[in-house]
Amino acid sequence: MAVVHDPLKQPAGRIENKNTTCYMCACRCGIRVTLRDGEVRYIQGNPEHPLNKGVICAKGASGIMKQYSPARLTKPLRRKAGAERGTAQFEEISWEETFDILEQRLKKLRATDPKKFALFTGRDQMQALTGLFSKQFGTPNYAAHGGFCSVNMATGMIYTMGGSFWEFGGPDLDRAKLFVMIGTAEDHHSNPMKMALSKFKRNGGRFISVNPIRTGYSAIADEWVPIKPGTDGALILAIIHELIRTGLYDREFLVQYSNAAELVSADEQSDDFGLFARTDIPHAPDCFDPQDRVWWDRNQNKALHARTAGADPFLLGEFILPDGRKAKPAFQLLKERVESYTPEWASEVTGIPVETIQRLAHEMGITARDEKIELPIAWTDVWGKDHDTVTGNPVAFHAMRGMAAHSNGFQTIRALTILMSILGTIDRPGGFRHKAPFPRPIPPCAKTPKSPDDVQPNTPLNGMPLGWPAHPNDLFVDENGQPVRIDKAFSWEFPLAAHGLMHNVITNAWRQDPYAIDTLLIFMSNMAWNSTMNTDNVRKMLNDKDDSGEYKIPFLVVCDAFQSEMVAYADLVLPDTTYLERHDVMSMLDRPISEFDGPVDSVRIPVVPPTGECKPFQEVLIELGSRLQLPAFTRADGTRKFRDYPDFITNYETEPGSGIGFLAGWRGKGGEKFMKGEPNPNQWEMYEKNNCVFHYEMPKSFQYMRNWNRGYLNWAQEHRLLRHAEPINIHIYSEILMNFRLAAQGKLDCKQPPDHLRKRIETYFDPLPFYFEPLEASLTDKHKYPLNAVTQRPMAMYHSWDSQNAWLRQIHAYNFLYVHPKTAQKQGIDDGKWMWVESMHGKARCLCRYSEAVEPGTVWTWNAIGKAKGAWRLDKDANESELGFLLNHVISEELPPHADGKHISNSDPNTGQAGWYDVRVRIYPAGADEPQMSYPQYDAMPALPGTGKTGKVLKYFAGAFRRKAEKVGKQ
Amino acid sequence: MTQLALVIDLNVCVGCHACVTSCKEWNTSGSAGFMTDENPYGKDPTGTFFNRVQTYEIGEFPNTETLHFPKSCLHCEDPPCVPVCPTGASYKRESDGIVLVDYDKCIGCRYCSWACPYGVREIDETQKVMKKCTLCVDRIYDQSLPESERKPACVLACPTSARLFGDVHDSESDVSAVIREEGGYQLMPEWGTKPANHYLPRRKTRMRIHEDELQRADNPLNKEQRGPRGPIDAPTLDDSTSW
Repeated sequence: MAVVHDPLKQPAGRIENKNTTCYMCACRCGIRVTLRDGEVRYIQGNPEHPLNKGVICAKGASGIMKQYSPARLTKPLRRKAGAERGTAQFEEISWEETFDILEQRLKKLRATDPKKFALFTGRDQMQALTGLFSKQFGTPNYAAHGGFCSVNMATGMIYTMGGSFWEFGGPDLDRAKLFVMIGTAEDHHSNPMKMALSKFKRNGGRFISVNPIRTGYSAIADEWVPIKPGTDGALILAIIHELIRTGLYDREFLVQYSNAAELVSADEQSDDFGLFARTDIPHAPDCFDPQDRVWWDRNQNKALHARTAGADPFLLGEFILPDGRKAKPAFQLLKERVESYTPEWASEVTGIPVETIQRLAHEMGITARDEKIELPIAWTDVWGKDHDTVTGNPVAFHAMRGMAAHSNGFQTIRALTILMSILGTIDRPGGFRHKAPFPRPIPPCAKTPKSPDDVQPNTPLNGMPLGWPAHPNDLFVDENGQPVRIDKAFSWEFPLAAHGLMHNVITNAWRQDPYAIDTLLIFMSNMAWNSTMNTDNVRKMLNDKDDSGEYKIPFLVVCDAFQSEMVAYADLVLPDTTYLERHDVMSMLDRPISEFDGPVDSVRIPVVPPTGECKPFQEVLIELGSRLQLPAFTRADGTRKFRDYPDFITNYETEPGSGIGFLAGWRGKGGEKFMKGEPNPNQWEMYEKNNCVFHYEMPKSFQYMRNWNRGYLNWAQEHRLLRHAEPINIHIYSEILMNFRLAAQGKLDCKQPPDHLRKRIETYFDPLPFYFEPLEASLTDKHKYPLNAVTQRPMAMYHSWDSQNAWLRQIHAYNFLYVHPKTAQKQGIDDGKWMWVESMHGKARCLCRYSEAVEPGTVWTWNAIGKAKGAWRLDKDANESELGFLLNHVISEELPPHADGKHISNSDPNTGQAGWYDVRVRIYPAGADEPQMSYPQYDAMPALPGTGKTGKVLKYFAGAFRRKAEKVGKQ
Repeated sequence: MTQLALVIDLNVCVGCHACVTSCKEWNTSGSAGFMTDENPYGKDPTGTFFNRVQTYEIGEFPNTETLHFPKSCLHCEDPPCVPVCPTGASYKRESDGIVLVDYDKCIGCRYCSWACPYGVREIDETQKVMKKCTLCVDRIYDQSLPESERKPACVLACPTSARLFGDVHDSESDVSAVIREEGGYQLMPEWGTKPANHYLPRRKTRMRIHEDELQRADNPLNKEQRGPRGPIDAPTLDDSTSW
């Protein structure tokens, strides 16, 4: 008789446990990695980590398959002499040679015209270093992926209340009673959102999801409100209409903490029309709002300096100032703005019944008013008034790309933030809460250079590559009002492009508009596939040549850990490590993982050695910075300042002696200080001993109302999070936007837009939120292309850039186009059959799947499941390339020529946010004689040198015991 | 007698698949391992998973519910997979009620997978043995793990804590309490298999609005009424008569 298999027996091997931080997506959960004989045996959530408290997601638990993926690049590669770009013909070279090539080329560019070097990165959680490198190099041409992700969410909220969702703040579901999620698929945040949602529901909270599609989080909503894509602004404005009409707004909150009661000049003839009436009290400092506004006091029936003790201003009405000018409170202007945005009007636009819109408004308003939270926490406001309690109105919101990725997203998100504000929910329990280093002033202080003269050879950039314009004079344009950046960010086309426009870099560089560049370095972004719009043409641009036979983008460097589609177009490939093989920081200078209760930053510490010759991108930048003798990386005598990246993190200070570095924890010589203090040689060890996290929990009295909390603001100032301890009042009415409008009208003495853009600026820089049809839709023949088409990422692949993962691809190996049965049947398309989806830009053949969980005027698919043949080391007949498809082929990076320009980005006119979800399509069945395969198809990408082997069978078992395990059972 | 089991709360499951891959990564290198993947980088990849999530749409637009439904061995109290096994490889542990397969006895005949009405058994195509959820029996008694982590990998991983683990025969246990109080149910009880795993149904929270809640004396609009309504320097009766 056979020996009984002992199910409890632990396989032999040497076990080690190491903590680090996940990077299977951008959530950055703490993980504990168990190694057996040095191989990854198990990755679990670190139970002691503040972000994920022990849980892990499908991606995090599949990190093993990333680590040992055959698609890993392991050697620096150079395009073979004579080989065409895009054919992926490479030869291995050494790192020494790689650095020599880069050093030579970049040195020359820096000495002649630094803007000919462009660095764009797919992840914006490493911006502190990549931004520093670019600034030191002297190029303005730098950004991360925010411009094609959710910059509308960041700018719309930050320009309104000084904070935003995700990294910088979020819904307080611990205390909320009503939670409304709008335009969020399965992402942003991942684990923390899931944890909070579950707890919220179990505590009896009511969860409403507004979304054209019901998957993911929306699946467990108490109510699903299907909406037509791009119309969220109409819904929100109608809700504001209803709240004002019924008096369901938090008057006290608005009066004290926003500019709602502040008087705005209402004389159209006067020079200051649309600007705030002001007193002549001394000006507050640079980047904060001066506290010089005027109220109309109800008690004395006269104009008073805003927030005068004892005053109680009117929010509505029209008043005559002592100098005879007419003025209205900002809230009156908002009321007038939403007058025509009735629920009946919004119902037509959004497809949501009138009664539902009214009920949503009533649910929000009544919950906010009648379910008030009083926390027994005493605090003092910035004007010196003591409060015994912290009040909360427990209505919370969360929104993401479904709102942001439309060309009307900025104004829509302004409307959402105003809705949150009139309900009185900003930085209060049960509403929205900030995370350090937010709130910031409106807008934040950082500014880009303002003139082409700020870009000089062999000189750091005079300003930040990315910033927050507060005035037309902050724009980064030349004397003719033309852009200085390759992506045209911070120009009159996209004045508030705080995250740049990565989606237009390749097209602009190819067209040499506004100028030609020489070297484009792309880190961790698949710009030849799922991260670009207009994929097919962008691939052509990447290997297009001029008349002399030179590539229009002369030198393309790609740093990636995997054999992605983008790598095929590289002239030079830099093999990156995985997250398990590197040091990394989630810095307060960037996007840390702070909690509502205080600042948190964290690190990665390698748990396994690098594979092959992989080198972390951070090390590449430190090495290049040293070789190019960029000031921040070099001593006075020209020698390198930092041995490597860990050494840089320990010793770099933003300015000599500033005490501010990349990591906030355990600063000071003995690790006794935090936020600010001398470099500590043992800082990494302290993080390692503390679960790779530094978490400072602030006193309770500093945890709420931070825009106006004297204790918090003083603390933040002392710890150098903020320059000044000034109040950050909510901009119901945006004078910043009004200044741009006045410039466009020629009424403000400042930089002036080119004439053809005056109308555009005047229209979209409205100081109050308004609804307009997304730009592309307004330029589309909607009879021909009647449907909206959108994408989302599934939870098992959200934010992950390696969906060839052997386990995850068994969950999603290919994607369907989801269509409501009636919509499909009208076109004669059968469930499970091949069909075409076509826009005015292009078309794709794909498989149809009927779904009752989608608004019938919308079709959608999972993004980034489809792959190009042979990419990611997948077999040529892999489902991803033969059955899967990309919707990107039907989405354009530019709008059709119209009044605003011949080649203007398909983006929000305020911020440059890519309008991914504005595309309009039609659908029809594929012919019976057509290939049963997705379209378009591309020549297969060959296996690159240094990549691994792909077998027919994978039998993963960690450790040296593997061979024994393989003998188990009867072969 | 102890009967360990999972209780899965469909009210909070968002279908993220964390349970699916955390199960895979624990078990492929554990006592049940390895868990084969065929065509891992090719056409139609398929592998051994002890736990899968299915997604259903219920109802018609706009009244559609999307339901995520994780499914693994239910550790039946009367498991039909056990008596059909010709070699005695398929067995139910008396001590804790876990249904297991002894790989040293299994001949891969698949009778058990035909007998299982829930379709939760997975043949390992390379080893030709039947595999299935073990409730991470190699974790839950492992004294080298902290007590808080002596749970199945899927339970530890689940971001919405939709997966509860415990003894459903112990009326004092958390799992028994939620089954009792929140409508826990078994899959296809008519088969008489008495599945130990239970599911908790969706629960909806609604808000009732009373009409009078929209008519309040403290309506802030009341504060916006302006003082004297007419011009105070215009003629009055006092200017025209003395009575």
